[in-house]
Amino acid sequence: MHEHDVLVVGAGGAGLRAAIAAHEEGADVALVTKLHPVRSHTGAAEGGINAALRDGDDWELHAYDTMKGSDYLGDAPAIETLAQDSPKETVQLEHWGMPFSREDDGRVSQRPFGGLSFPRTTYAGAETGHHLLHTMYEQVVKRGIKVYDEWYVSRLAVTDHDDPEERECHGVVGYDIKTGQIQGFKARNGVILATGGLGQVYDHTTNAVANTGDGAAMAYRAGVPLEDMEFIQFHPTTLPSTGVLISEGVRGEGGILYNNEGERFMFEYGYANNDGELASRDVVARAELTEVNNGRGVEDEYVHLDMRHLGEERITDRLENILHLARDFEGVDALEEPMPVKPGQHYAMGGVETDENGETCISGLYAAGECACVSVHGSNRLGGNALPELIVFGARAGRHAAGTDLGEAEISTGETEETEFEDGLDTPVEPGAVATSDEDAVADGGTAITSPDETVRHAVENERTRVDHLLEKDEGVQQAELREKLQKSMTENVNVFRNEEGLKQALEDIREVRERYEDVYVNDPSRTFNTDLIHTIEMQNLLDLAESITLGALARDEFRGAHWRQEHQERKDDEWLKHTLLSWNEGTPKLWYKPTILDGEKEYEPKERSY
Amino acid sequence: MSTQIEESETEAQEQEAEAEEAELPAEQEPQTPGDRRRAEKRERREQETASEPVAETDDTFKMKVFRYDPEVEGKMEPRFDDFYVPKKKGMTVLDALIYARDRFDTTLTFRHSCRQAVCGSDALFINGRQRLGCQTQISDLDTPVRIEPLPHQDVVKDLVVDMEHFYDQMEAVEPFFQPDETPGDELEEQRQSRENREKVKMSTRCIWCGACMSSCNVAAGDNQYLGPAAINKAYRFAMDEREGENMKEHRLNVMDQEHGVWRCQTQFSCTNVCPKDIPLTEHIQELKREAVKQNLKFW
Ligand SMILES: Cc1cc2nc3c(=O)[nH]c(=O)nc-3n(C[C@H](O)[C@H](O)[C@H](O)COP(=O)(O)OP(=O)(O)OC[C@H]3O[C@@H](n4cnc5c(N)ncnc54)[C@H](O)[C@@H]3O)c2cc1C
Ligand code: SF4
Ligand code: FES
Repeated sequence: MHEHDVLVVGAGGAGLRAAIAAHEEGADVALVTKLHPVRSHTGAAEGGINAALRDGDDWELHAYDTMKGSDYLGDAPAIETLAQDSPKETVQLEHWGMPFSREDDGRVSQRPFGGLSFPRTTYAGAETGHHLLHTMYEQVVKRGIKVYDEWYVSRLAVTDHDDPEERECHGVVGYDIKTGQIQGFKARNGVILATGGLGQVYDHTTNAVANTGDGAAMAYRAGVPLEDMEFIQFHPTTLPSTGVLISEGVRGEGGILYNNEGERFMFEYGYANNDGELASRDVVARAELTEVNNGRGVEDEYVHLDMRHLGEERITDRLENILHLARDFEGVDALEEPMPVKPGQHYAMGGVETDENGETCISGLYAAGECACVSVHGSNRLGGNALPELIVFGARAGRHAAGTDLGEAEISTGETEETEFEDGLDTPVEPGAVATSDEDAVADGGTAITSPDETVRHAVENERTRVDHLLEKDEGVQQAELREKLQKSMTENVNVFRNEEGLKQALEDIREVRERYEDVYVNDPSRTFNTDLIHTIEMQNLLDLAESITLGALARDEFRGAHWRQEHQERKDDEWLKHTLLSWNEGTPKLWYKPTILDGEKEYEPKERSY
Repeated sequence: MSTQIEESETEAQEQEAEAEEAELPAEQEPQTPGDRRRAEKRERREQETASEPVAETDDTFKMKVFRYDPEVEGKMEPRFDDFYVPKKKGMTVLDALIYARDRFDTTLTFRHSCRQAVCGSDALFINGRQRLGCQTQISDLDTPVRIEPLPHQDVVKDLVVDMEHFYDQMEAVEPFFQPDETPGDELEEQRQSRENREKVKMSTRCIWCGACMSSCNVAAGDNQYLGPAAINKAYRFAMDEREGENMKEHRLNVMDQEHGVWRCQTQFSCTNVCPKDIPLTEHIQELKREAVKQNLKFW
């Protein structure tokens, strides 16, 4: 068994920042990651990182824009923390040598981004994430922080109390991808989940193949609620054939969207008369699909994004990477012709419920980054707001897990007196309740294991049994078939536009896939680098997350941010200024709500969102 | 052993092996019960479905993929498997590999993640050249497409190679920023001129894919040679004006050692294969010149 003070699961932006912070507080910290750190998906981020650095801008404006962008579903204490800490965290990256784009005076450049009232998106070309990831990994190397790379974490070691809020997390179970060994990792102080996004729930996504939402699903099965899962961001500009992202930076620099008739539809059809292409992402994604649905799409599938008028010099200076992406992945020379684009799954606003210190309702268990929902993005994330989230909340989670007192959190986690329970949702099938999934729940209140070592050992044993079973079984269904079925159904039914019928269809499909998953087997008998096995384990995570996204979407009968419902075309502030929460309750999901916090240092009054 | 082919979109059919694959050593007694059952089942399936090998057609192309697994009977001897994959517009080598794995043989193993040339995990030897699978269009290649793991690296399984040595070399050059001083105020930027950023820009693009190292004859012969990627990493910091003179001297000393820059024989193979177009050879040459200049200064 490996043992450290703080274990960070995942080594993208959030995980690396958490590890550095915990190390700076003197903790013995280790990173456990299924990919080598520099392979993490943070490296794909293009556009930039929001930080109020300049005269004329301040954290209050940043907080206000973020709250508005969230469609008033963000929590003020989290949003204010994001806006307040981002400038120093961003400059910290600069001090670590991150090669930001520069102004003539040598200061870092900033550019406009959708939904921002000030051009506060700090960037490094169109490859901000690459530089951020590498710069932080360099700091990890410098500090000699232990990295277990190509170790897949497949289970949390959580005590077995009946009530999730009494449970404690003592470590994780890791699977060495290279050798097939399963081992326990004990964390004396805490485990920080930083496993990133869940784009693989969909078949057209900007996310990496490794983004299977493992951390969120593991936390969920250990009893931590998932918050606001229905809010999936669809990015308006992804390449049609692969889902590769064309950064919002293109529109920030002045790129224009046209329909098949060459009309600048954002204005022509009144989708956003003030901000046009720079309206918030949900608005632009819906506008594009409406164009396509009304017969004004190119090849009935996409629209055009044109940046030729920016001129070669400006493009090469600020958006060079976009030229490569368009050429390599769509065969388009963006200096000569417009780029085809359509909406694609991009970001999960929801995730593991945490407070502003990164902690969940299970003590010793933290989450940060895209897998978490500290509730800064509410129902719609502004471009450039995820990277600051990684460093701000990654650092806080790291410090807190290392034992630093960050003060009492203002955001509450777990079930409190304030929460409100749903009597029951009219679902076409009973969600969740399938045998193995049930057994797979980490803590079931069955056996009273509470000692840290025993907890880890018990989890390791369970995992060995599961893996042996998967490898021994030699007939049944393979995960690839199930994954495809799930992804197709989610894309068809739980996409940009949603209606009750589709959502129910998705739940039925999920249920069917869940049942077939009972019979899943791994064809590859090898213990060496068995990706077949890994994908099979990931598949279960995709199932649980797809279900929570769909259940949340069915429950929320209003239109807010990225969540558009055909039958409910208005934002219902009287009923819905609240977060949806789903927790795993002895094999079935339980749905409940908690109120949104709109008062922080400032007060935020819900207003009509117009761009 | 069998070859997988594509009959229709959904139906995979197993195929009699081609001559070169038929000569493999007979399978030994499988070890685990799972292994044994699987072998039996495979045999049954082969008997049921054996048919003539199918040739490449207009809508499919052939991919010859290297296979090896130290643990699985029958795969311990390296071999090539053929896969017939339907052509699609815009299809990359990575797409084709995923297709073959998901439809024909889920044991086919390769690293990949981002699909957009930034994670650096799918550098492969494709038609005799190091390339990123995700960045290589099938339409740009001659068929059959031959896919092998990166040369000069130990193969872990199928197309997966051991990257430890590469990482060690990267980490040997102190790959982290070491400025003389950092502004005391946490909100004050350190500043870097636009020119200096331009100067280091290309060198900061490295995605640690290992293609350059694998293409380098010198690195193949000298295990201690730092190699193009690590030297480029050193260049990135040595040329950054925010690191002071002393640090630059220190970095040049690291480069100036026996297995550093002087090993480079300017063959340009690294530069030719780098998927990020980093002028590696040029950077190495520039460091050589700097190292000479520095030595002159000492005299
Ligand atoms: C194409 C693209 C462009 C973007 N551009 C921007 C932008 O310009 N600005 C912005 O603010 N945001 C942007 N975003 C969003 C932002 O980049 C992501 O939200 C963010 O990078 C996620 O970081 P993370 O650290 O949470 O996760 P990741 O970087 O995805 O890292 C996840 C880590 O977890 C590990 N992991 C996962 N599962 C396991 C497991 N089971 N066991 C062990 N390890 C595991 C992985 O190995 C990896 O190291 C973009 C996103 C995409 C997809
Ligand atoms: S220098 Fe180029 S080829 Fe070498 S590792 Fe970096 S990106 Fe790959
Ligand atoms: S899959 Fe990431 S570089 Fe090819």
